[in-house]
Amino acid sequence: MSNENHIRDNNGLQPLLTLENLKKYYPSDVKAVDGVSFQIYPGETLGLVGESGSGKSTIGKMIVGLEKPTDGRILFDGRDISGLSSKEMMNLRSELQIVFQDPYSSLNPRKRIADLLAEPLKVHRIVPAKDISGEVDRLLELVRLPRSSKNRYPHEFSGGQRQRIGIARALSLKPKLIICDEPVSALDVSIQAQILNLLKDLQKELNLTYLFIAHGLGAVKYVSDRIAVMHQGKIVEIGNKAEIFHDPKHPYTKALLDASPIADPRLRNKKKLTNVPG
Amino acid sequence: MLKYVIRRLLIAIPVLLGVTIINFIIMKMAPGNPVDMLISPQIPAEALEAKRIELGLNAPAYVQFWNWFTHLLQGDLGYSMVTYEPVGKMIMSRMGPTLLLMGVSLIIGVAIAIPLGILSARRQYSKLDYAAVTGSFLGISIPNFFLGLGLIYVFSIWLKILPSSGMVTLGGNGGFVDILLHMIMPVIVLTANVAGRNIRYVRSSMLEVLEQDYLRTARAKGLKETLVINRHAVRNALIPIVTVLGMEIPILFGGAVVIEQIFSWPGIGQLTMSSIMSRDYSTIMGLNLMAAVIVIGANLLTDIVYALVDPRIKYNK
Amino acid sequence: MINMNDLLKVDHLKTGFESDYGTIVSVDDVSFRMKSGETLAIVGESGSGKSVTALSMMRLLGTGSRIMGGQVLFEGKDLLKLNDQEMCDIRGNQMSMIFQEPMTSLNPVLTIGYQMCESIMIHLKQSKKEAWASAVEMLKKVGLPRPEAIMKEYPFALSGGMRQRVMIAMAMSCRPKVLIADEPTTALDVTVQAQIMKLMKELCEESGTAILLITHDLGVVAEMADRVLVMYAGQVVEEADVFTLFEDPKHPYTQGLLKSIPRLDSDDDAELESIPGAVPARYESIQGCRFYNRCPYATEKCHAEMPLLTVTGKDHFTRCWEAQRIEGGVEEVAYE
Repeated sequence: MSNENHIRDNNGLQPLLTLENLKKYYPSDVKAVDGVSFQIYPGETLGLVGESGSGKSTIGKMIVGLEKPTDGRILFDGRDISGLSSKEMMNLRSELQIVFQDPYSSLNPRKRIADLLAEPLKVHRIVPAKDISGEVDRLLELVRLPRSSKNRYPHEFSGGQRQRIGIARALSLKPKLIICDEPVSALDVSIQAQILNLLKDLQKELNLTYLFIAHGLGAVKYVSDRIAVMHQGKIVEIGNKAEIFHDPKHPYTKALLDASPIADPRLRNKKKLTNVPG
Repeated sequence: MLKYVIRRLLIAIPVLLGVTIINFIIMKMAPGNPVDMLISPQIPAEALEAKRIELGLNAPAYVQFWNWFTHLLQGDLGYSMVTYEPVGKMIMSRMGPTLLLMGVSLIIGVAIAIPLGILSARRQYSKLDYAAVTGSFLGISIPNFFLGLGLIYVFSIWLKILPSSGMVTLGGNGGFVDILLHMIMPVIVLTANVAGRNIRYVRSSMLEVLEQDYLRTARAKGLKETLVINRHAVRNALIPIVTVLGMEIPILFGGAVVIEQIFSWPGIGQLTMSSIMSRDYSTIMGLNLMAAVIVIGANLLTDIVYALVDPRIKYNK
Repeated sequence: MINMNDLLKVDHLKTGFESDYGTIVSVDDVSFRMKSGETLAIVGESGSGKSVTALSMMRLLGTGSRIMGGQVLFEGKDLLKLNDQEMCDIRGNQMSMIFQEPMTSLNPVLTIGYQMCESIMIHLKQSKKEAWASAVEMLKKVGLPRPEAIMKEYPFALSGGMRQRVMIAMAMSCRPKVLIADEPTTALDVTVQAQIMKLMKELCEESGTAILLITHDLGVVAEMADRVLVMYAGQVVEEADVFTLFEDPKHPYTQGLLKSIPRLDSDDDAELESIPGAVPARYESIQGCRFYNRCPYATEKCHAEMPLLTVTGKDHFTRCWEAQRIEGGVEEVAYE
């Protein structure tokens, strides 16, 4: 695929994140990520969609430094961050955050929400000590949680509320880019919409940039400006949302669209099922 | 699989060497030596010195080890420094009684633990379950020597129905019934231990399996509960038990030291104890090597059996 | 409302489980009917009681849970009154079930062949050899390549999609009259999901098997179901045929659910409407409507008095005061 295909007109904007031929091979001959390149521009949402084992989550982990790339470069704000030591990565942490599918496992069950949110503020010295409490209030307000949440423990919250806490924690360091790794997959339908809307609202309010990783086309379509489709470690198609949904070029993209159930019984049987190898 | 076994056996060689060296160092660091143990007013100092030279104890430690080691490579474990019998022969002659005691205890212990553990898990929180868990707790927590001495008090001293020591009655014919009577008490002690430990393992393993989705599938297929348990649950529950049983063998050998002492059982444990007391270096080294071989062998056996019972495990390297 | 065509009739089913706080009712007064060959979907979120309903029908509840009342009439027999042996004869034979997690639903230490043949031998009284041949035939039907080889494999050698095909083959091997599918495609990728759904449809059409589909995914419902039951907090809140439900949902919860899924079939990027709040954690003590705290139409009456499932259209039942008011006060109760 030529590069021109997926660089859109950004009025001369520099990309915030650039992946160049990124690869992750595992010793057992598994090519989890096999030469992936794309750019994310400030203020946009790039949706990264693919099935299990496509390598989409591995990309997210490499960007935030949880996995080391086998080859290729990751440029953040023009700086190569793929080879950074964990200490250097630590300084970047504040600009680069990740929201996971299950926030519960990343929230210390013995700490109250106030402490959980204050922790990164202290470590990275985001605000002076006397302002921490006020900052925590502001964060809770941002994710539409009541102030009374401060003194409660993670297990006292529902799945959707925990995801809000996860998002608040990511926001606390005032990041430029947030990787959303399947942020709504574990949530009930009626809660998913709440979180998706929250993410969209926050993007507007705080001028955030998202890499939105998911397997569900619906959610990706709803939040993304551009979409990259991954299959077996490679990006098979990348383009504007409308292009991907109305004029998919790659057979795998077509198969994925065909296979996704549509919540309208009148449309059933109209689709042909293409078999996807693998 | 064969490749895997060979690789494991090759790894065992440096391990055994290391174990014997460490054992030799510790043994040398302990106060006293075989000759010191002979010191008494009746024996002149010159005789002791001659003895020391005769046993090779005047040579530097590394030479002593080297001598032992080169003999070992020729399959020779040397001679006891106390009885002058070949160490290999001594160990072999003591192995029979120990294996008899341990084998019987292991079989009975497991035969009690598996059904009881399974039943206990199936009826969790029932009276039977509480009884089994309590019994298992007692089996683990009562020290061997205490239970052994208690049994001797009740059955030998008070009721006078069981012999308190030895494997055969002195001067008796040493027949099957005679050995059997001598075995009862030591076997009870060891069995209490084995069963106690394993009831808990089997029970918790079974409890975990009972929660598994595939049992619900088996029930949804219309299998009777007995089939669900016997065919689908028990096999899965016993797989982790293989590992535990593999560890049982070295534990039993360790326990034999105490038990054989208490019941004067003429086995490996008793030999170990007496050779340590008399600083019988060559015998101690032989016994130690044997113990290391048993531990490594039991581990290897466990891994092989594991691969046989669990189709998910394959050793391909 | 007695209908001789009813293959299955669930009547006022009530199931609870013991907890530290006493008995918690997770399925409260659920009633529905199924005809031969039809696909009925029960849709709801986690904790709605949809899976417990299915497990209660098969009498496969775990320890601690128990059926507290109601009937499950299968061809006129009350399954809840059968003895264990009689129930075993029905399970896997006339009523079979597949589950959400294909990765853990098969026994890891037994071959596929063994697990396939087991139920065939028991229910169809076939010899081992006959059962083996039938099992191979079934595996062929569910589209597995090299069925003979797969019979000798252990589950770990198969992918999630293949395992779910094996589960379906196993469930369909005795040509059941009802197949209960509890989130059968939730753990699978979308492309595999589409294949599995198609396969279930085809097999059941061929053998006239009715499907009870338990799912949280309205997309799957739209693709598969003839009729739909919407459950919320242990109760049925709406029942209608699939077209009516998607075109003219009457219960505010159903309406909210439909508006909160991102649409693939339109370019309308309008903000998704979400249902505020969450399902109440404990709901059996709620006197009024259980959706009260999240409902845009909630009134005083909704708070005070629990609505009944009443007729709000042709074969359309809704548990909502507001819907009843709009329909002009029709007070006919759906299931007596």
